[in-house]
Amino acid sequence: MAVQQNSEIRYLAPIAVDIKKKKYCRFKKAGIKYIDYKDANFLLKFVNEQGKILPRRITGTSVKYQRKVAKAIKRARHLAIMPYVADLLK
Amino acid sequence: MLKRIIENHYKHIKQIKMVRQYETVFIMTPVLSDEQMKETVSKFQDYLKNKGAEIVYEDHWGLRKMAYPIQKKSTGFYHLIEFKADTQLVKDLELEMKRDEKVIRFLTVALDKHAVAYNEKKRREKEAVKETEGEKEN
Repeated sequence: MAVQQNSEIRYLAPIAVDIKKKKYCRFKKAGIKYIDYKDANFLLKFVNEQGKILPRRITGTSVKYQRKVAKAIKRARHLAIMPYVADLLK
Repeated sequence: MLKRIIENHYKHIKQIKMVRQYETVFIMTPVLSDEQMKETVSKFQDYLKNKGAEIVYEDHWGLRKMAYPIQKKSTGFYHLIEFKADTQLVKDLELEMKRDEKVIRFLTVALDKHAVAYNEKKRREKEAVKETEGEKEN
């Protein structure tokens, strides 16, 4: 008895391969040149729940603007506009 | 180009006045009365004016909750002054604020051209909103 070996696996529907969405720098895209340290709601996008600054690899910000974001957040912290440490910030 | 080289070279001999635009935000203790608060604000305004600075813009944010307590106080009066002044004046102003115990926190930032443009744009937007509100009332 010959058993037909089907080495090729066939799928009914094409498997969903994650197409990685390309990250982009929102400042470059929107043409923002200055990051305001007084705007707490905006800066909140660049920190995690504990109030730590998110790395570039997550936000996709370019080096140039990451430096500016970091500076703005640190200024905001100094003026008690944003917390140094927090939990459940969002 | 040549002029700049010469200026750089003689910087230490004759002090060239460098005027830049700055922005100072300071926080006053919440225990002050309205009058005392205004007095403190005007004290710094007068100080700047007397030293030859040009005040471009001012904004009083009023009593605001702080993100963390400073000197065991959780609120404070925030005030912002934008001014054009000589670089040396900033040091003096900060010293003056340090000496004043009514001021619990301050920050002076030098504004670059993008920052100046941003602030102007924001001010214009604010005025536009005010105007439309005025029209509605009329």
